[in-house]
Amino acid sequence: MPSYDAIVIGGGTNGLAAAGRLAKAGRKVLVLEQAAVAGGGATTKDFAKGYKVSAVAHLLNLLDPRVEQGLDLKSHGLEFAATNLSTTALSPTGDYLILKGNYGETIAGTLSDADRASWAELRQKLMRFAAVLRPFKAMAPPRLGKGVGNEMMKLAGLGLKIRGLGRDDLREFMRLMLINVADVLDDELQDDRLKGAIAFDTVLGAHLGPRSPNSLLLLFNRLAGEALSIPKGGMGSVATAMSKAVQALGVEIRLNAWVQSITIADDKATGVTLKNGETLSAKTIISAINPKTTFLDLVGPRHLDTGMVSRAGNILMRGNAVKLHLALKGTPNFKGVDLKTRLVIAPSVRAVEDAFNPVKYGEFSENPVMEIVIPSAFEEGFAPKGHHVLSAIVQYAPIAMDTKARAAFLKRIMATLESYAPGIGKLVVKSELLTPEDLEKQYGFVGGNWHHGELAAEQMLFLRPFIGAAQYETAIPGLWLAGAGSHPGGGISSAAGWNAAERILKGKGRR
Amino acid sequence: MTAYDAIIIGAGHNGLVTACYLAKAGLKVVVVEKNDWIGGAAVSRSLYPGFTYSNCSYVSSLLRPEIMRDLELPKYGLQILPYEGGAVLQQDGGYLAMYRDHDANRREFARHSKRDAEAYDRYSRDILRHCRFIRPLLMRTPPDPTSFRPRDLNELIYIGKKFFDLSETERYEMVRFWTMSISDYLDEYFEHPVIKAYLAVSAIIGTALGPMSPGSAYVLLHHYMGDVDGNIGAWGFARGGMGSITQAMSKSLAASGGEIRAGKGVDRVLVKNGRAVGVVLDGGDEIHGKLVVSNMDVKRTFLKTVEEKELPAAFVKQVKNFKIRGSSGKVNIALDGVPNFKALPKGSPCYKGDIHFTDSIERMERAYDDWKAGRWSRDPFQDTMIPTLIDPTMTPPGKHFMSCFVQYAPPKINGGEWTDKDRDEFGKTVINQIASYAPGFKDLILHMEVRTPRELEREVGLTEGNIFQGELTFDQLLFNRPVPGASQYRSPIKDLWMCGSSTHPGGGVMGAPGRNAAAEILRDLKKPLPMSDAYAVL
Repeated sequence: MPSYDAIVIGGGTNGLAAAGRLAKAGRKVLVLEQAAVAGGGATTKDFAKGYKVSAVAHLLNLLDPRVEQGLDLKSHGLEFAATNLSTTALSPTGDYLILKGNYGETIAGTLSDADRASWAELRQKLMRFAAVLRPFKAMAPPRLGKGVGNEMMKLAGLGLKIRGLGRDDLREFMRLMLINVADVLDDELQDDRLKGAIAFDTVLGAHLGPRSPNSLLLLFNRLAGEALSIPKGGMGSVATAMSKAVQALGVEIRLNAWVQSITIADDKATGVTLKNGETLSAKTIISAINPKTTFLDLVGPRHLDTGMVSRAGNILMRGNAVKLHLALKGTPNFKGVDLKTRLVIAPSVRAVEDAFNPVKYGEFSENPVMEIVIPSAFEEGFAPKGHHVLSAIVQYAPIAMDTKARAAFLKRIMATLESYAPGIGKLVVKSELLTPEDLEKQYGFVGGNWHHGELAAEQMLFLRPFIGAAQYETAIPGLWLAGAGSHPGGGISSAAGWNAAERILKGKGRR
Repeated sequence: MTAYDAIIIGAGHNGLVTACYLAKAGLKVVVVEKNDWIGGAAVSRSLYPGFTYSNCSYVSSLLRPEIMRDLELPKYGLQILPYEGGAVLQQDGGYLAMYRDHDANRREFARHSKRDAEAYDRYSRDILRHCRFIRPLLMRTPPDPTSFRPRDLNELIYIGKKFFDLSETERYEMVRFWTMSISDYLDEYFEHPVIKAYLAVSAIIGTALGPMSPGSAYVLLHHYMGDVDGNIGAWGFARGGMGSITQAMSKSLAASGGEIRAGKGVDRVLVKNGRAVGVVLDGGDEIHGKLVVSNMDVKRTFLKTVEEKELPAAFVKQVKNFKIRGSSGKVNIALDGVPNFKALPKGSPCYKGDIHFTDSIERMERAYDDWKAGRWSRDPFQDTMIPTLIDPTMTPPGKHFMSCFVQYAPPKINGGEWTDKDRDEFGKTVINQIASYAPGFKDLILHMEVRTPRELEREVGLTEGNIFQGELTFDQLLFNRPVPGASQYRSPIKDLWMCGSSTHPGGGVMGAPGRNAAAEILRDLKKPLPMSDAYAVL
């Protein structure tokens, strides 16, 4: 029986990053992926004959630079079809705004001078505060314990950095930390298109509306990443490059390998059992999949104390984002908009909030808001010549949707699209709607949540995925977490995987 | 003309508390009140012959016991009568009763869910722990985290030490609790909708948040920090209506030599060379004083009674952006008899407390969605009381006063002002809801007064009808309240102070802002403080 230093469960970008980092340090690592390709949420697929699309995530902005450089993804084939992607905030009247450069450095379109000035000031402030938070992403969350000196020093260092912003900025920072994005936008700006687009970006992938307190924190999180980009060949290219990179480092990747359970012996994690009955053993077991699945299914409650069972069970994982793919036999006309931008349909803050309301009660939005990318506009090979493929993340929909509800929601989405791109409905050759339920079934996103746990203030830092398991180490010796469910969350960032591996290598933790 | 040591604008409870403490310290104090009566939002008013209404605030719990003792309020006639029960009436005809006894409640929970009855002990213990942490902070001036002055550093260390006195897990739990929604929090303990609905109430009262809004769990704490005679978390009626609280305060003030001038409001604060030196009353009379303390909310104070040129532009912007959206209305009713809630047994103690008609968190949240859309809730949440079942002094024998606190009512209707027609429709919605649980209710009504945020602003002076003088979200709490950099009761104008609920620790008939403001003023004047420290025990 082959034996490894470490077994990584889940060949998503976090699992690959963790494996790569460990392999760089000379560890013998096996990655087990249940699907036929590695990548998890970063994958490109043919969804109709001749039409390709990034199946889940379709844009890159959070990829951790440590991973990109540490694994030298460039030399393993990662190239970009577009970098520093602009965003077009669509308007039903066709009077759209284009946010250019890294998050609206300049704005093209009809916008009042007052709003231009206010936006420039607000953007700078948000960027400044986001930059202060950025270092948090590249470290294990600090513990609030006594005798954890090193981390407290790190925290104190960051505290001083924030203090270094100056008195007024520090005060403003503390006011904005847990505020809602709607109030900030209403205080500073007038233009509904601009405010709508920012509100949408803030709550994208979250179970929050723009008026929900703590929402601005998610915008900071987003802005602490990089500028938007699209990899050549779709998101699958990121996973392919990572797979190649880690394999070059000696990592073994086994596809179609479905882990049935984690073996616990003498209260230690010692290996895994696959669905086909095969058992594998290693000193270190790293779960880069959903934390709920990890604890409640793979480990099982009988190996956990009751507090931990309820903590794992209580992780909030409401996923409300739906993925839409359309194969189009022609070029959609968004009233003259440049298709080589990211298109956002979120006409106002109120529209985003109204879209959010129904999902609280398990219903879908009558007037959904969405982010659209047309990959075929950037690169050939995604659709037959003259044809296009449209990829959209649409909010909000609940996890439980029967066939009727799916059809009704798709109808509402198409009606919305039609009002921004008249005639688009007639171009549709094939459509595919991946609801939260589909994402759960196909990608293991429990609850349909793309982050394997809602990104929300009460589930960040030392609270992610739950109290006592936030530093990647778990209460079970030998079992570590490295997925998006851990700090700093998902979004094809790989940071959680990298951080976890760093932690494992340092042999840090309680024991 | 007499010159005073201190002029207090507004004879609400916080203004009176500040006045009392300053007078006790030997200052010559005058309180100026725009209405002909005093009390602000803690008033008893006779609006129908023979009936006394608590027509704004209607129950008491938060009033700090330290203040009650320092100002000898019981001696001046204040008596708090605790509730005897409470109930949520369900749409299906059932009800959840609440009693004054934890074990009785536990048995009542068990009637609905055995699991929830078990969880209730755990829940109560956890909530109490959060209360215990926060309660002593109410009576302390928030430290300025950007300052290196010894007092601020000491206070920061005090809070830090309190935090680190908790176990590591408790520290995380605390941060988590502060940022969560009450709905998510309750889901971790309870399963039955009506139990969750009952427990979520305190998290939304007076707040422009729904039970599913993050941060609402903290608001719950805000309402749990009080007590009646040491019974933590209990609520009660002030005998004779809420005005008894401010009446007792005014008597205490008179005993210390302070004055009250009612009937004329303050038109503007007199500022000379960057210092407040007095006030100009409506009609032009001037009163001079060494310092001016405003019990009005921060918007009213700085945007309406101080000239903009006297203030730094950045501060004016901060105040303009202060969030003070009202979320509630009030319907006060004179009744010919006790309403008959068909779900409740006759003579049940549940009548003698808070009665609610919202039996699920979803209904509460949907009511909030209406607020967000700029309309009053079609299926509102109500906190309804009949105080006269415990306190017979407010009405003629056999008649009753009913107070209905109603949520949600926005400050504006679809962006426009409330009209009389809107107000009447709003009142009808409330009455219809009650009547659907109490047949014949409409026939009992002798008189009613409907108050929307518009009426609250007009009469009491609460901007946008916000009962807390500013929303209770983290961006407006502690050192952020009312605005960052001005959280220590001082304003950018020298000798102009704030003592209202716009300041830490916020609204409710608590008195803590008034007390803390007085403490800061006396510290500046280098006078001994005539007040007890917060009780540390709980």
